Amino acid sequence: MSFLRASSPHAHAANNTTKVMQTVLLATLPGLLALTVFFGPGSIINILLALIFCLAGEALVLRLRKRPLGFYLRDYSAAVTAVLLGLALPPYCPWWVVMVASVSAIIIAKQLYGGMGYNPFNPAMVGYVVVLISFPLQMSQWPSPASLLESLPSISASISQVFTGQGLDAYTSATALDIVKQNNSQLISQVYADSDLLRSGSLAGAGWEWVNLGFLMGGLYLLYKKVFTWHAPVAMLASLSLFALLGYDSGSSQSGGSLSLHLFSGATMLGAFFIITDPVSSAVSNKGRLIFGAAVGALVYLIRVLGNYPDAVAFAVLLMNFAAPFIDYYTVPRSYGHAKPRKATEKQEP
Amino acid sequence: MSQLIYPLRGGVHPPENKQQSLQSPLRRLAIPGELVFPLAQHIGAPAKAVVEIGDRVLAGQMIAEPNGPFSAAIHASTSGTVSAIEARPIPHASGLWGDCIVVAADGKDESIDFVGCENPFKIDHESLIEKIRHAGIAGMGGAGFPSAVKLNPPPNNNIDTLIINGTECEPYITADDVLMQERSEDIIRGCTLLAHILNGPDRILIGVEDNKPKAIAALEQSLLKLAAEDLPGIDRVQVVSFPTKYPSGGEKQLIQILTGKEVPSGGLPAHIGIVVQNVGTTVAIWEAIKHGKPLIERITTVVGESLKEQGNAIVKLGSPSQFVLEQFGFQEKSCARLIAGGPMMGFSLPDSRAPIVKTSNCLLVPSHQEMPDPAPAQACIRCGHCAEACPAGLLPQQLYWYAQAKEHDRLLAHNLMDCIECGACSFVCPSSIPLVQYYRASKGEIRQAEIEKEKSDRSRQRFEFRQKRIERAEAEKEAKRLARKKAAEAAKAKAAANAGAAKTAPAADPVAAAMARVQAQQSDPAEQLAKLERAVNNARNRLNSAEEKWQQAEGDQKAKLESRFKQAQLRLQDAESKLHDFKQQSAGQNPAPSNPTSASPTTPLNIDSDDPIERAKAKAQQRLSMSPLEKAENNLSSLNDRLKKAQEKASEADDDKRAAMEAAVEKLKQKKTSLEKEIDELKAQAPLKENTATAETPVDPNSIDDPIERAKAKAMQRLNMSPAEKLQNSLQALQTRLAKAEEKAASADEDRRPAMQAAVEKLQEKIKTVEQEITEFKAQEEPAKPAESANESSGIPLDAASAAIEKAKAKAAAQAQMSDSEKHAAQVESLQQRIQKAQQRLDKATEEGNDNVDAFRLGLEKLQAKLKELESE
Ligand code: SF4
Ligand code: SF4
Repeated sequence: MSFLRASSPHAHAANNTTKVMQTVLLATLPGLLALTVFFGPGSIINILLALIFCLAGEALVLRLRKRPLGFYLRDYSAAVTAVLLGLALPPYCPWWVVMVASVSAIIIAKQLYGGMGYNPFNPAMVGYVVVLISFPLQMSQWPSPASLLESLPSISASISQVFTGQGLDAYTSATALDIVKQNNSQLISQVYADSDLLRSGSLAGAGWEWVNLGFLMGGLYLLYKKVFTWHAPVAMLASLSLFALLGYDSGSSQSGGSLSLHLFSGATMLGAFFIITDPVSSAVSNKGRLIFGAAVGALVYLIRVLGNYPDAVAFAVLLMNFAAPFIDYYTVPRSYGHAKPRKATEKQEP
Repeated sequence: MSQLIYPLRGGVHPPENKQQSLQSPLRRLAIPGELVFPLAQHIGAPAKAVVEIGDRVLAGQMIAEPNGPFSAAIHASTSGTVSAIEARPIPHASGLWGDCIVVAADGKDESIDFVGCENPFKIDHESLIEKIRHAGIAGMGGAGFPSAVKLNPPPNNNIDTLIINGTECEPYITADDVLMQERSEDIIRGCTLLAHILNGPDRILIGVEDNKPKAIAALEQSLLKLAAEDLPGIDRVQVVSFPTKYPSGGEKQLIQILTGKEVPSGGLPAHIGIVVQNVGTTVAIWEAIKHGKPLIERITTVVGESLKEQGNAIVKLGSPSQFVLEQFGFQEKSCARLIAGGPMMGFSLPDSRAPIVKTSNCLLVPSHQEMPDPAPAQACIRCGHCAEACPAGLLPQQLYWYAQAKEHDRLLAHNLMDCIECGACSFVCPSSIPLVQYYRASKGEIRQAEIEKEKSDRSRQRFEFRQKRIERAEAEKEAKRLARKKAAEAAKAKAAANAGAAKTAPAADPVAAAMARVQAQQSDPAEQLAKLERAVNNARNRLNSAEEKWQQAEGDQKAKLESRFKQAQLRLQDAESKLHDFKQQSAGQNPAPSNPTSASPTTPLNIDSDDPIERAKAKAQQRLSMSPLEKAENNLSSLNDRLKKAQEKASEADDDKRAAMEAAVEKLKQKKTSLEKEIDELKAQAPLKENTATAETPVDPNSIDDPIERAKAKAMQRLNMSPAEKLQNSLQALQTRLAKAEEKAASADEDRRPAMQAAVEKLQEKIKTVEQEITEFKAQEEPAKPAESANESSGIPLDAASAAIEKAKAKAAAQAQMSDSEKHAAQVESLQQRIQKAQQRLDKATEEGNDNVDAFRLGLEKLQAKLKELESE
């Protein structure tokens, strides 16, 4: 009898990419819950739409590339992209915004580069930035948190808002980051006093702080499940904190916003735990990830405070995606038996 | 335990699965009907079989010896008969078959007497290493590195730490665990012995993972117990346990854990003063030296869910895996794969006939549930789990990327060669990518590319070197050419003058001699008969050698040689028919005179003594009588010339030719001494002959009154010597041929050299036979032909001989001091002389119808060609 020939190791840890992706999806739940509680069903509609467009786009390309559909769809990577995109887009944005974002993410950013594992940029962030630049108006309309409205938008009204642009009245308001950014002639304390949003929040404005806490929770769960290492998120949050502390002069009109505002508003936590931890487009070594995360944190702060856009996670991540290969080259870990790490740009034994 | 533990980088925690095989006690397996011993069970050169099919062997008998220092012996593990030496399935990662000695067991299990020793610590290092090599011990942990090599580190590496590896970090395997429990005392003893072999390192650490508490306890107990015994170095032994983690049992990893040091990339543990041995190897070495028992059995873990029972067994090396598995109730149907070794680093065996070898620590036969078929690989998501798991600090995902792209430069830059193939990266990879498989393939490709590169580098170097050498030689030649031109012209003029003078002088001699000879031959049928017989013999010899050569030759040469062979055949026929004719003739004409002694008195009647011409002839004949000595002297001087030239050439030649050249010089020197000896002998003979002449000669020329008659008589005596002379002649010709052949052989290129050398050898043989003939002849002649002109052969020629020798020596000395141009001139001169001599010889030979005419003509032509060449320079 002839036995199966297989290469060692014959044992395999009980994990696989599909499971990893499922875990990530699971970890987004607390954040999604907070979004729904404070901003209504808009995010859920976004996610569903994004899922449809993303999976369809993925299937289309796989068909064109003559790849087995089931095998690749089952890896859940397209689903993760769709969910992250849905979470990042403003609730109740028109359906075609979601479509453009999804198609950009899956077809351009992912499949055109060779599919999973080969994409140099984070697909969700590419999709987000494409629509942010193309449709600035739609992308700046964030709904007011529930505490500032009489009632949360109903599902039917939400759906008609998404597909027809009508159904919800005056549901939008400036986000916390917008408010701080646009009121640079006032002291921060005045800004807070004037804004319902900021006044009703304890960390960074009503709703937003909970959304960020939700993502933080999910992120900690993923850390616990060892889906990724702590290096990139911790480095990003630490550098963002450092910049926020340096730039906050306890409330002058030139102030860049408080530490808690930066940490708990906008897409900070989503970015720290769900975007920059995307292994494909970040640096590979732990040292590299520290650098990658820290650089993203710094860019987020700089763009938020000095740039034109109120939030900056997407831009910061894409910029650092560019830089990731270079970081990799200079952060090859020291191998066993070598006195010092070797730069990957070195080609041969010296 | 005061020993510090250092953390292991990376690593994984695969399910241990060690309990299954620890449930049942260690057992000893039966002897299978047939045992198979692969010749390559270790790293290094395969052993060399020393038994033949049909030999009866006993347990412990060496059946294959180590083939060089990097090899290990192999011993039969039971008694039986060698039934085959052939390729069989062997336990190797490649799945290929390998050469094996197959022994059909007779079931008696008779064994040789194992010769142990009382106190192994008294044996010196060398003998211990030798014993270990001959006991065939190779690393039993899995790698199979010959232990004798490991225990004999380079002398400049001071070993300060000996590590005994009892880690056994692979899941499922418990062979070492069981060994440590059962044989803890021998392990302690063995490691002190190893320490003794290694010149007493400061620390002896036995490293065991903390998931083997029983083994640790047993070792510590034995350590305490044996501390009372007088084991040198036992106070330095420590049992160290450390947290379980795969792959802490890797040699490099264990070193890191126990000492905090890292083996430099590409280096050996010995380079940082550390030697690591497996516990199983330690016990085997102790047994081999203390009890004289070679490595013929080992403990193997037999485990997996497709067995009815699982456990450990003492297995005779060579037992087929199938046999071993059957003892444990193997259910082939439920077996997912057959793995030699553990699940992390073991390799799958396609064939269950592969035997248990020295490195077989485990046979793993999991069921399909236990080890499902590998999942299809998904894309790498660059999650970095692999990099975290890698104990070698590599970036497996990058390596995978570059391996796919076959970017060897990048792979090397990312230290692929430091990958220990532990499989930790593949184990954790969520995308189920068979990373290690990629690394193995890439390593193979890189090694292959390196070998090829080295090859092409070497040939390029050789080419460049040759090019340079040719250029240099050209330049030198060019420089010399100008300087020589003038000298050559001068020499030519001088040589021409010399030649003119020389030609006139000896001209009379050959004519006279030849005439005398012809007469003598005509008048002496016995001589003629002898000559014809020799011709037949010669022809026959030549035919034989031609046939031999023809049969050995191949291709083009064969055809050529065939025609030569046919020619030789024809010549033989010719010679034979001539001989036949002559015999008939002489039988009819002259039935009696076959004896030279009876012939000599009759011959003088044929010569008319009154004729002045006759007198001249006689004189010439007298001169001929000097020829052996003269010739010898000539030979000597020409030999000297050749020797000089050969030495020059040898000193100029480049390395690979030099050896050949020097051999040629050596031969020439030998020849020279033998020639000198001959001359001495000849000189010595002369007085002897003088003595005998007066006493015994029946026809003493001196007693003949008439001077003419005397001369005639002498001439006739001389003529009687001609066979000897002829032999001398042919000897000389042979020697020149030999010299030429040797030169050619020396300058020939590689592939033709053997043929040339064979030719040289044949010539040498021929010379020997001719020489022998000569001596025989002389011996015959001595009593038969004692008459020798006493005064002529004793006094004057002797002086002349020594003078000639002196002259030759002086010439040689002078030559040695000559400048290049002078040398050239001298060469031209000597060549011209040689040509003259050759010409004479040729003339003589043609007249005589001598066999060697061809050879002489050839020699002459060659000499002439050489002269032309020289002159043109
Ligand atoms: S563990 Fe597998 S999927 Fe993850 S980075 Fe390594 S090779 Fe890629
Ligand atoms: S197999 Fe090589 S690359 Fe993979 S973990 Fe082991 S040493 Fe590292």
